[in-house]
Amino acid sequence: MVFAALFNFNLLAFGPTGYGDELFWGALRTVQIAVLAYAFGVSLGLCGAMGKLSGGKWLRNILDGYTTLVRAVPELVLILLLYYAGTDGINRLIVSIGFQPIEINGLVAAVFVLGFVQGAYSTEVLRAAIQAIPIGQIEAAKAYGMSPILRFRRVVIPAMMPFAIPGMANLWLIITKDSALISVVGFTELALATKQAAGVSKLYLMFYLVTALVYLSITLFSNQVFGWLERRVRRGQPKLA
Amino acid sequence: MVWDWLPTYFPLLAHGLYITILLLTGSVVIGFAFAVPVGLVQVTGPWPLKYLARGFCTFIRGTPLLVQMWLLYYGVGSLFPLIGLAFPAFKENFMWLIRLDAFYYALLAFTLSFAGYEGEVMRGAFLGVPRGELEAARAFGMSPWKVLSRVWFPRAVRQVLPTLAGETISQLKSTPLAFTIPVMDLMGVTSRIRQDTFLIYEPLLFLALVYVVLTFLITRAFNYFEGLVPARR
Repeated sequence: MVFAALFNFNLLAFGPTGYGDELFWGALRTVQIAVLAYAFGVSLGLCGAMGKLSGGKWLRNILDGYTTLVRAVPELVLILLLYYAGTDGINRLIVSIGFQPIEINGLVAAVFVLGFVQGAYSTEVLRAAIQAIPIGQIEAAKAYGMSPILRFRRVVIPAMMPFAIPGMANLWLIITKDSALISVVGFTELALATKQAAGVSKLYLMFYLVTALVYLSITLFSNQVFGWLERRVRRGQPKLA
Repeated sequence: MVWDWLPTYFPLLAHGLYITILLLTGSVVIGFAFAVPVGLVQVTGPWPLKYLARGFCTFIRGTPLLVQMWLLYYGVGSLFPLIGLAFPAFKENFMWLIRLDAFYYALLAFTLSFAGYEGEVMRGAFLGVPRGELEAARAFGMSPWKVLSRVWFPRAVRQVLPTLAGETISQLKSTPLAFTIPVMDLMGVTSRIRQDTFLIYEPLLFLALVYVVLTFLITRAFNYFEGLVPARR
C-alpha cells in the first residue's frame, strides 16, 4: 500500500498522461547548457591562462582578481547576481542607445553565467597544465623558428593535454551538476522539470530518484569518455603509477 | 546603491550567519567522522561493505547536491507523514520526525555529501600510507585496531590535511543551497530581504562579500593549523 502511494511508473510515460517527455526535454536542456557553458568556460580559461602567463602586469592583476573573486563566492550567489545584473545591464545599455528593451533568452543567460564561473576555474587548471610542460620543449619550438600561434597549436596544446585532462574532466562533471543551480532563477532544465512534476503528482520520492539516476548516468558515461580521452592524449607516455 | 536596510535586518543576518556556520561546521565534522570508515572499508573491508561504500561515493559524487537535498527533504520527508497515517502508533511516538525542521534535512544532505567526497579522498590517503610502515607496526605485534589508531589513521589524516581546507571552502560555498528547502541561512535571509525591499543587487553583493570574508578566514585558520604540524621542507 505504501509502495503504491510512492511509486506510479505510469507517470513516467511520454505524452499527455505522463511526465516522461518533460523530463526527457529537461535532461536534454541540462546537457545542452552544460556543453555550451563548458565550451564557453574553457575558451575563457584558455584566454585567461595565456593572459596570466604572458600578459602584462595590469592584465595579470585583473585576471587574478577574476579567478580569486569568482572562486571565493558561492556559485549560487554568482548565478543570481550575474543573471539579474547581466540581463538588467544589457537592457539598460540597449535603452540608453534608444532601442526597446529586449527579452533575454534564458538559455543564453544561463550559458553565459555558468561559463563565466567555469572560466575562472578552468583558467587555473589550464595555467597549471601549461606550466607543467617542460620548458625545454617550448624553447625547442622557439629554436625551430615556430611562430607563437604554430607553437601554441603544435607544442603547447598537445603537451599540456595529459596534465589538463584530469582537471578538465572534473570541471565537466562539476558543470553538469551545477547546471541544476540554474533552476533557482526559474529556467526549466532537468532539476526544475522534476520539481514541477513531483509537486503536481506528489510522488516526490519517485521523481527525485529517477532524476538522480539520470544525472548519475550522465556522470558515469562522461567518466568513460574522459577515460578514453586520457588514454589517447597520454599515448606513448609512461604509465602513471 | 541603497544600504539603509542593513541596520534593520542586521539581527536577521546575524542569525543567518549563525545558521550557515552551524551547517558548515556540523556537516564538516560529522561528515569527516563518517568519511573515515567509508574510505577504510573501500581499502580493506569485506566485499559487501566495500561495494556499499563505493556505490555511496559514486552516487554522491555523480548527482547534484541540490537534487540530493530535494530527494531527502521532499522525497524521504514525505514518507514519515505517510507512515504516520498508516500506523497511528508511529505518529504518536515520532511526531518530531514528521515535523522535523528543514534545517536538519539540509544538515543531513550536506553531511552525506561531505562524507561522499571526503570518503573518496580518505580512500586514496589510506592507500597512500607506505606498506612498510604498516608491516612494521604488525611486526611489533600490534593488533589490527592498534595499527589503525596508532599508524594508519594518523598518517592518512596528515596527508589529507592540505586538501581539507579546499574541501571545507567548497562545502561553505554549497551551504546557500539550503535556502531552496526553506532554511533561513545567510542566503535565505538575503532572499527574504530582496523580497521585502525590492532591491536586486545590494543584498546579493553584501552576501558575496560575507562569503569572501568567510573564505579568507577559513584559509587563514587552516594555514595556522598546518603550521602546527611539524614538517621537513
